[in-house]
Amino acid sequence: MTIRLSKPWLDLEGLDREELPAQLGVFQIADADRNVIFVGYGGGTRAFGLRTAIEEQRQRLGHRARFVRFELTHGYLSRWEELMMVHQHDHGSHPSANDDSTAPRGRLTPIGGPEGAPDDD
Amino acid sequence: MDLTPSDEQQLIIDTVRRFVREEIVPLEAELDPDAGALAEADQQRLVGKVKQMGFYGLDIPADFGGPGLDVTTRALMAIEMSQHRAGLYNPCYGTFGGAGLAQLYEATEEQKEKYLYPTLRGELRGCFALTEPSGGSDPARAIQTRGYQDGDDWILNGSKLYISGADKADYALLFARTSDDPGRNGVTAFIVETAWPGFAVRRVVHTLRSTHYATEIQIDDLRVPAGNVLGEVNRGFAIANDRLSRQRIPYAAGCLGAAIKAQEMAIEWAKTREAFGGPLAGKQAVQWMIVDNEIDIRHARWCILDAAQKADRGELFRTEAAMAKLVASEGASRVVDRAMQIHGGLGMTKDLPLERWYRELRIRRVGEGPSEVQRLIMARELLGGSYK
Repeated sequence: MTIRLSKPWLDLEGLDREELPAQLGVFQIADADRNVIFVGYGGGTRAFGLRTAIEEQRQRLGHRARFVRFELTHGYLSRWEELMMVHQHDHGSHPSANDDSTAPRGRLTPIGGPEGAPDDD
Repeated sequence: MDLTPSDEQQLIIDTVRRFVREEIVPLEAELDPDAGALAEADQQRLVGKVKQMGFYGLDIPADFGGPGLDVTTRALMAIEMSQHRAGLYNPCYGTFGGAGLAQLYEATEEQKEKYLYPTLRGELRGCFALTEPSGGSDPARAIQTRGYQDGDDWILNGSKLYISGADKADYALLFARTSDDPGRNGVTAFIVETAWPGFAVRRVVHTLRSTHYATEIQIDDLRVPAGNVLGEVNRGFAIANDRLSRQRIPYAAGCLGAAIKAQEMAIEWAKTREAFGGPLAGKQAVQWMIVDNEIDIRHARWCILDAAQKADRGELFRTEAAMAKLVASEGASRVVDRAMQIHGGLGMTKDLPLERWYRELRIRRVGEGPSEVQRLIMARELLGGSYK
């Protein structure tokens, strides 16, 4: 597992709900330019885990949500906090569609740069 | 040894039990099964209630404005406070307040002003950075983070692993080797600020536990003023070691609380769930699991209160604390495992807290010193003098 989520992007246009996993894990939603706009998780209170959580965000974000990628993990809360902190480190802010008031307050300085950037270590 | 709580202790137990059942458990029903925090409004409301009860900051010594509880009463409270889903690592979601790092009570007045008092006011957070990739069970010999003097300052280099809360901390109590002594006489404790250049939290260390996670820290040419040495140079291990012994009693009590709740759930389920024409409670296989649970629970309770009472009498309690930690963490693991077995398929799900306790109790057998180290501590004392 790399510290930055590295799974392939799936195009949400035409993606069937049933193609999303009904399992626990974390996900990122990106705009048409593949800029991450939301980091979330499908946890134990979701009836169908990631499938329900991603679907909720797709509906909430509407046309802003174009791509999704996910990672299956039972440690979805610690992984979610990690991804949020890495995003904060790489971009200087939390993803625009996340609620800033509930975002984790921690701080990470991961080795290596964001996608497409030279390593900073 | 009398295990019966005094009238005052029983009143405290009843109060905390009611708080957990009426305030914490109902809120948990709405949270993610792995959640580690309440909604901010709920947190503030419950902190207010705890303050009204007079228990806020319960680990703060009386000299510093805390309630000044004895170890036994504190252990009895810990048994109650952990009887909910997040109770093992976040009893009552921290609504009883923190006490900061215990070592800071021994700090200089200047250090207290800068770090301890703001921590007690909730303005700063600290973390305890002892364990390294080279090992955690024998920290006196395993510490490889090095410190050398440069004028009035110290320069530190190395790394720390499995450090809880470093990503949210404002400062860390960090231990480094500062002499050629390969053992306990070459380690110094430093108070380092996490915003200083050279201190970096590199990653979250993912484990069986999804909240209250650990982190990895890298230290590169971290410059620390001499005024931030805690205690004496090369005498820092005693500071770390003191904490390790003291922590074991409430740590054991937390394990026992989860075991008691699991047993309560197992008994209730066994009485109501029917199979093969009658309740599970009528099957000898289930009865024996319930009885074995109770033996583990009572064994742990005896060891915890024995250690706590010795500590309160001012006697040495190192062996008793080690025994309590070992018996409670291993016993509670067995109790939760049997409770899951009695619940069958339901016991495996996130609908019940059992699966979370099962995962977190596995860590408890390693955290604060693994069972093998507890046995080593007891063996040293048993074999180190005459047996009485």
